[in-house]
Amino acid sequence: MVEFLHNNLAYLINGISVGGQYALIAIGYTMVYGILRLINFAHGDVFMIAGLMVVYMSTVLPMWLTIVLTLIMTAVLGFFIERIAYRPLRSAPRMSVMISAIGVSYLLQNCALYFTGGLAQSFPSISFLTKPVNIWGTSVIMAKVITPFLTLILIFLLLFLIKKTKIGMAMRAVSKDFETSQLMGIRINLVISVTFIIGCLLAAIGSILYFTCYPSVQPTSGGMPGLKAFVAAVFGGIGSIPGAVIGAFIIGICENIIKGGASIFGIQTNGWTTFSDAFSFALLIVILMIKPTGLFGEKSTDKV
Amino acid sequence: MKKVLAIVMAMAMIFGLAACGSAEAGKDGDTVYVGIYEPQTGDNGAGGKQEILGIQYANSICPTVELGGKTYKVELVIADNESSNDKAVSAATKLISAGCSIALGSYGSGVSMAAADTFEEAGVPAMGISCTNALVTADNDIYFRICFIDPDQGTIDANLINSMGIKNVYVLSMLGEDYGSGLASYFQKEAERLGMTVTADSFPEGNSDFTSYLTNAKNAGAEAIFAPCSTGYAQQIIAQSAAMDFIVPLVAGDTWDSGVISDACAATGKDVQVYCSTFYAEGKDVEFEKALKDWINGDQDNLKNNAGSDELSAVTLLGYDAYMVAIEALKAADSADPKAVKEALPGVNYTGITGEIKFKEGGDADRHDAFIKTYSSETQTLVYYDLFSF
Repeated sequence: MVEFLHNNLAYLINGISVGGQYALIAIGYTMVYGILRLINFAHGDVFMIAGLMVVYMSTVLPMWLTIVLTLIMTAVLGFFIERIAYRPLRSAPRMSVMISAIGVSYLLQNCALYFTGGLAQSFPSISFLTKPVNIWGTSVIMAKVITPFLTLILIFLLLFLIKKTKIGMAMRAVSKDFETSQLMGIRINLVISVTFIIGCLLAAIGSILYFTCYPSVQPTSGGMPGLKAFVAAVFGGIGSIPGAVIGAFIIGICENIIKGGASIFGIQTNGWTTFSDAFSFALLIVILMIKPTGLFGEKSTDKV
Repeated sequence: MKKVLAIVMAMAMIFGLAACGSAEAGKDGDTVYVGIYEPQTGDNGAGGKQEILGIQYANSICPTVELGGKTYKVELVIADNESSNDKAVSAATKLISAGCSIALGSYGSGVSMAAADTFEEAGVPAMGISCTNALVTADNDIYFRICFIDPDQGTIDANLINSMGIKNVYVLSMLGEDYGSGLASYFQKEAERLGMTVTADSFPEGNSDFTSYLTNAKNAGAEAIFAPCSTGYAQQIIAQSAAMDFIVPLVAGDTWDSGVISDACAATGKDVQVYCSTFYAEGKDVEFEKALKDWINGDQDNLKNNAGSDELSAVTLLGYDAYMVAIEALKAADSADPKAVKEALPGVNYTGITGEIKFKEGGDADRHDAFIKTYSSETQTLVYYDLFSF
C-alpha cells in the first residue's frame, strides 16, 4: 500500500494541485450563482485575461508589482463586467443576463485574440513558485505544493468573511431572498459588486498558480479550466462554497487518476487516457442523477 | 419607441460590420490572385503565420508575373482556417470566390484534407507547403505538395531514436488530430520493427496538464518521448518535463522547428534535449537568410508574426519556395485560369532554397532529404543540424 502510494504520488500531487486551482475558479461561479442565480460564463475568460495581464506586465514591471497589479486589475475588470453587462439587466428575465454573460465571454476572448494575434504566449516564471521541490522521491515545482494550502487558507478567510462580517451577512441575506433583503435596506448593488470582486480576485490567484504550472496562455486557455470549475461547482451543489471546493478537488484528482490509469493499475492498454475529460463529465451526470442538487446543494425552494 | 430604437441600432451595427467586410477586391484586369490557405489563429496559428511570412517575402521579391506577353500584378488573398477542420470549407470558399488561380497551404494536414473536396469541385489547384500527412494528396488530383511525407518522417524519427541506443519510447499525440496521430502511427510501426518497446497515449484538445502523461512515460521506463503535436502543447511538454526533472530526449516532427520551441527550451533553464525532423537547415544559404531576416526585422508586424524573434523556421523558407513554384506554374500555364495552372503544375521543376522541387505521380514532391534540428539549452540555445537521406 505504502509502495503503491509512493509510486503514484506524482498523480496524486498533481490532482490535488489542479483541484485547488479549479476550486479557486469554482468559487467565482458558485458565489455569483448563489446571489444572482446567474451562471457567469465570462468567468473562465476573466481567468485567462488575468494570465495575459501577467504575461504583458511582467515584461516591463518587477514580478511582485505585476502580481499585485494583476490582482487589482482583475478585480476591477470583474467589477466593470458586472456594472456594464449585468446591472442594466437586473430586472430583465434571467435568460437575457445569461446571454449577456456569453457575449462578455466572447468579447474577452476576441480582445485576447486581437492582442496576442492568436499565438500562445509563454507565461513568465515566478522564481519563488517555480522552485523545484522533492517530495518523497517525486520532483514537483513549488506552485503545486502551495496551491492546496493556499486554496484552503483563502477558503477559510472567505468563510470567515461570509459568516462573521456585516457584508457577509448581507450576502447571505441576498442569496436567501433577493427582494426581501432589498426591502430591508441592504444595498444590493454593493453586495453584488463585492461578490464579483471576490470571485475575480480568487480567479486571478488561481490563474497565476495555474499558468505557473502550465506556462502557456492562449485566448482559449480559459475554456477548459472554466468548464471544469463549473462542473465542480455543479457537482458540489451550485451556490455552496464548501461544495464547490470539494467538487473541484474530486474532479482534479479523478482526472489525473484516469490519465494515469494504465500505469497506476498496471493495465496493458493503449488509449485509456483518451477518456480523461469524458470521465469528468460522465461523473457529473451520474452524481446529478443520484442527487440532482449536487453533493451539498440545498433543496430548491421555488415557490410556485 | 424603445423597440424601434433597439432594432435600428442592431441594424446599424450589422451594416457597419458588413461594410468592413465588403471592401474585398473585385476582379481586376491585370491582377493575378494567389490564395493563402493558412491558420492564423488556434493551435497552429504560430506555424501558419510563419509560413505566410515566407509567401509574403517571396511576393515582395517577385511581385509580378508575365502571362501571354502582358505583365500581371500578383496579389495575395489570405483566408484563415483557424486550425479547425470545420472552418476549412468556408476559408477555401473565400479563396475560390476571390478568383484565386492557385491556393497555397495549409500548415496542418487535417485542414488541408478537409478543404480538398472544396478545391476539387471548384477546379482550383492547391499546393500543400508543410502538411506531411500522406492522405493529403491521396484520393484527389487537385492537391500537390512540396515537402516530404509522414511515412518517411516517422521512419526517420524512429531511426534517430534508435541510433541513440534507446529501446523504450513513449509516444504522445493529440486525440483526433490528423497530423499528430498519423505521424505517431508511422513512427510506432517503424519503432516496433526496430525492436523498441512503444507505449502510446493521446491527450484531448485544449489539454494543458501533461504531468500525468509524463509520469506515465516515466513509469513505463521510457528513455525517450516522441510527441508530434503543435507548438502550444510542445511548450507545455518541455516546461513540465523539465519541472519534473524527467529529462529524456524529446523528439518530434517538423512542427517543432520554431522559435517558440527554442524559447521554451531556454526558459526551462535546464539542459533539455529536444530534436525535430525538419525541411531546411539554417546556414545552407546564408545570403538569402540574411535578406529574409532583414525583411522580418524591418517590420514590427512581421516580427510579431515570427513569434517576436528573427529566428527562421523551415516553414518560412518552404513558404517562399511554394510561392515561387506557383509563379513557375503560372508561367508554364501562360494563363491565370486555375484549370490551366493545374495542368501545368506537375511539369514544374524548380530549384528553391530548400532544394529541388519536382512532383511525382499523385502530386507529392520527389524529396529525399530531411534534417534533424537539435535544440540544446545550457546558457543559450544552440542549434545543430544533421542530414538524413531516405
